[in-house]
Amino acid sequence: MFFLIFKRFVLGLITLFIVSLITFIGVEILPGDACTSYLEREAFGEALAACVKRLGLDVPAYERYLSWAFNVIQGDFGYSLSGQMQINEVLGPRVKNSLVLASAAIIIGIPLALILGIITALWRDRMPDIIISTVAIFSMTIPEFISATLLILIVAIWLEWLPGIVIVPTDVTFFELLPNIILPVIAIAMIMTAHMARMVRSSVIQVMASDYIQMAILKGVPYWKMVFKHVLPNALLPAINVVALTIAWLLGGVVVTEVVFNYPGLGRLVIESISNRDLPVVQALGIILASIYVSINFIADLLTLMLNPRLKTLQTRK
Amino acid sequence: MKTNIQEIKDLSIGFKSQKGKQISILRNITTNIRKGETVGIVGESGSGKSTLALAMMGYIKHGLFTTGGECLFKSQNLLSLNNKELEDIRGRKIAMIPQNAGQALTPNLKIGYQIEEALRLHTDYSKTEREQKISELLNQVRLPSPKIMALRYPHELSGGQQQRVAVAMALAGNPELLLLDEPTTGLDVTTQAHVLELLKDIAKDTGTSMVYVSHDLGAIAQVCDRVIVMYAGEIVLEGPVRKILKEPIHPYTYGLLNSIPKLSLAGLPDSMPGSQPQPGNIENGCSFYDRCNFSNEKCKTQVPELEYLSEMDTSVRCFNHSEFISKTSEQKTKNHSQKEITIDEILDLKDVSISYAKQGIIDQFLNKVTDTNPTVKDINININKGETIALVGESGSGKSTILKSIAGLLKTKDGHIKFNKEKLLSSDLKKRNSDDLRSIQLIFQNPDESLNPNHTVEQILSQPLKLYFGLTGSKLKSSIAELLEKVRLGAFYMSRYPRQLSGGEKQRIAVARAFAARPDIILCDEVTSALDVSVQAAVLDLLQKLKEELGTTYVFVSHDLAVVKAISDRVAVLYQGRLCEIGPSKDVYQFPSHPYTEVLIGAVLEPDPDIKPKLVAEDIVEEKPPEIGCSFQGRCPRIIGDKCKNETPPWQFGDNGNAIRCHIDIEKLKIQQS
Repeated sequence: MFFLIFKRFVLGLITLFIVSLITFIGVEILPGDACTSYLEREAFGEALAACVKRLGLDVPAYERYLSWAFNVIQGDFGYSLSGQMQINEVLGPRVKNSLVLASAAIIIGIPLALILGIITALWRDRMPDIIISTVAIFSMTIPEFISATLLILIVAIWLEWLPGIVIVPTDVTFFELLPNIILPVIAIAMIMTAHMARMVRSSVIQVMASDYIQMAILKGVPYWKMVFKHVLPNALLPAINVVALTIAWLLGGVVVTEVVFNYPGLGRLVIESISNRDLPVVQALGIILASIYVSINFIADLLTLMLNPRLKTLQTRK
Repeated sequence: MKTNIQEIKDLSIGFKSQKGKQISILRNITTNIRKGETVGIVGESGSGKSTLALAMMGYIKHGLFTTGGECLFKSQNLLSLNNKELEDIRGRKIAMIPQNAGQALTPNLKIGYQIEEALRLHTDYSKTEREQKISELLNQVRLPSPKIMALRYPHELSGGQQQRVAVAMALAGNPELLLLDEPTTGLDVTTQAHVLELLKDIAKDTGTSMVYVSHDLGAIAQVCDRVIVMYAGEIVLEGPVRKILKEPIHPYTYGLLNSIPKLSLAGLPDSMPGSQPQPGNIENGCSFYDRCNFSNEKCKTQVPELEYLSEMDTSVRCFNHSEFISKTSEQKTKNHSQKEITIDEILDLKDVSISYAKQGIIDQFLNKVTDTNPTVKDINININKGETIALVGESGSGKSTILKSIAGLLKTKDGHIKFNKEKLLSSDLKKRNSDDLRSIQLIFQNPDESLNPNHTVEQILSQPLKLYFGLTGSKLKSSIAELLEKVRLGAFYMSRYPRQLSGGEKQRIAVARAFAARPDIILCDEVTSALDVSVQAAVLDLLQKLKEELGTTYVFVSHDLAVVKAISDRVAVLYQGRLCEIGPSKDVYQFPSHPYTEVLIGAVLEPDPDIKPKLVAEDIVEEKPPEIGCSFQGRCPRIIGDKCKNETPPWQFGDNGNAIRCHIDIEKLKIQQS
């Protein structure tokens, strides 16, 4: 078991290394470099030379990669081009904002998805299922930029209940941010909850049709006891990985929603730094997003391993 | 007369088809289960036997509904009770032992918890009493060290142990009626015999009534007092077990009994033509009319009623049963032409060993072999052209592993496989050339999984023809038609998908696909295990005929000793991946034989209540073969001490031509076993 966890961990590190290589090489093989893309038309003569010097672009690529990687390991991503400030300072508030948005969506979305998924499965093909499933399929299929825009139109413009777009400085306090995130959270949670509820539904239905549930019924186990003891533990286990992917997706910045609501999170930073050709920030974001995915999946694997008796004993026995 | 514990009155269960037509799965079932009696319900898959058993617990599967009749348990109609009332009966008054205990135990709950749950629901025991009772129950079903067992998860037990846990769980509520749904299907022969023995003892000790659902007449013969034979959702015959199995007066039962291969008879059994009609396809008249050899005009137009014959205490649904009474059920078998096999070696397995152990990265780098105790070891078999050689053994004996190695799907660790005397077959599939691949074809156990569900029969059969012979156009079509004819199917099957075929038809397609490559050797991996008995006989017959026609060599893997006896020329008995005995099939089944062969033969269940299985060894499951000594030392009933544990036994040759790997002198074995 320990060996397996260790193996997973090492594999995660290798993935990150490869991602860092790919982002670095990708940036490297683009025509021009950070300076030419940043300076644009002024990219000649002294200005260019000064920029190249400042960013250390005159040393060979592998040396730059090594020193960059070394700094990244220590948590230093270097300087951004546009703001000429430390990337860490740029990232800090964005990460915080994305975390706030993601946590709110997770806290609302996941329990709701579980409850709705279980209800639809247990009342399969009856009224509760038909209503919830129809709504779920609708919110899954409507693209988020449409649902987000509709939300703004109805709640912010017609009803004037909440601010339509987020116009706050990047580094606002949590409580100032709160009223602003309600609409983005609803927009995200709609899609996320619908997806996960459908997943939970089919997983529960599959378990309900299994031999051991029929056996539990024939053993005389009362219905709700059967649901909680025999059905849910087995049905929700495969949901862990889906939940993990959803969380990673949320933390990585929900690009479209953030843009529609003008929300200062990681997703919008991705768009901004790409359109500003701020290559060091793009690189840093690549690594950060990859680490989020890798570590969340690692945690999900650990959880599955701990909760599934089948995997647990298989590993300890060997 | 004993009182009835359950009465089923005119019960019909069905479903609504997509066109809104009502289709019956069970039709007008009326029968009684008496107190303390064990009743067997026999039928092929799709006959409605499981639906009937579940209805006896008031359980109807999702999508089905009752269309008439009632199920009375102590004059209470189970089908009209609500869930709350049923919860009090299920597990307490009526308990179920499921078919596949491995899937019927909840995977995330410990064995002890699952038994305790039944006790908590259905008894008034205190916590300590319950713990006591769990140990008692596990003891009663003969599971070793109950305290440790209770802490295990279902997947940590072997198939036989899981089945025993399911029995213990059913007994926990102290039920008056036990329903057993194919409780031993899927277990090894020796395990099956032991579980049946246990059930019989329980019935005797507790006086519980039992309903035993099975397709296996051998198992039914061992445990039941009375038998109900079902066909296409109806009861066609019902009566005392001896009467039913020895003087079957319904043509279906008669045919069914004749299609079972038996140890006591040589040769292939008779097969029954056709297959059971699908629910909803039953026209007027007798449902067995299409397959019956004794039918007349009346059977075609009129539905026979279940008629009670008091002198035999038997009910029968047939117009012509009186003709049967005089007939003795003497089984005819077709003796397959026992032509002498000339020694003309086609496949030679020399010192083959196969390991499933994965090499670590470092060992791979150093090219070091770490597994000193491989799954399969020291296999030496020569196979002659035109011969059928069978590999027999229980699960884990390595028989399928060897087959996969011959096919090239698994790499051998040591030894070699030689084809046609000179050609070494590479153990790496990628290094075999197209002709090597063509010469050896494989037929799998389950045609549902081996046929691509999205391909038509034509597409399935055209693949080998295109690949090996480059056939196209009309030539391809005519070859496919020819193949279909070879497996006794019409050319109109070409456009069908596997799901539109019955089990037997699917397996015929799989056979046709193997023959399409015009192979020299066909490897058959449990090819009849997933089929009903009447269909099994027909597939065996087909294989035999094709072999006579084309001179193909078969390597036939099976756990069923009777099937093996019927089809093979030579038999190799395997235990834990080591050869125990090899010889001509007629001799392997005679003594003296290896103690393991003796155990296997003893555990075979014949469909005759007067032939009892001989249980000579415990059915322990060994996880790994022993490092040194005889592979069978752990279970051998004739073990003679340290020699068996420390030395690899030598080959000894009997006067019959069979070779036995045992330390006991062959002459002594002869005396002991006679």
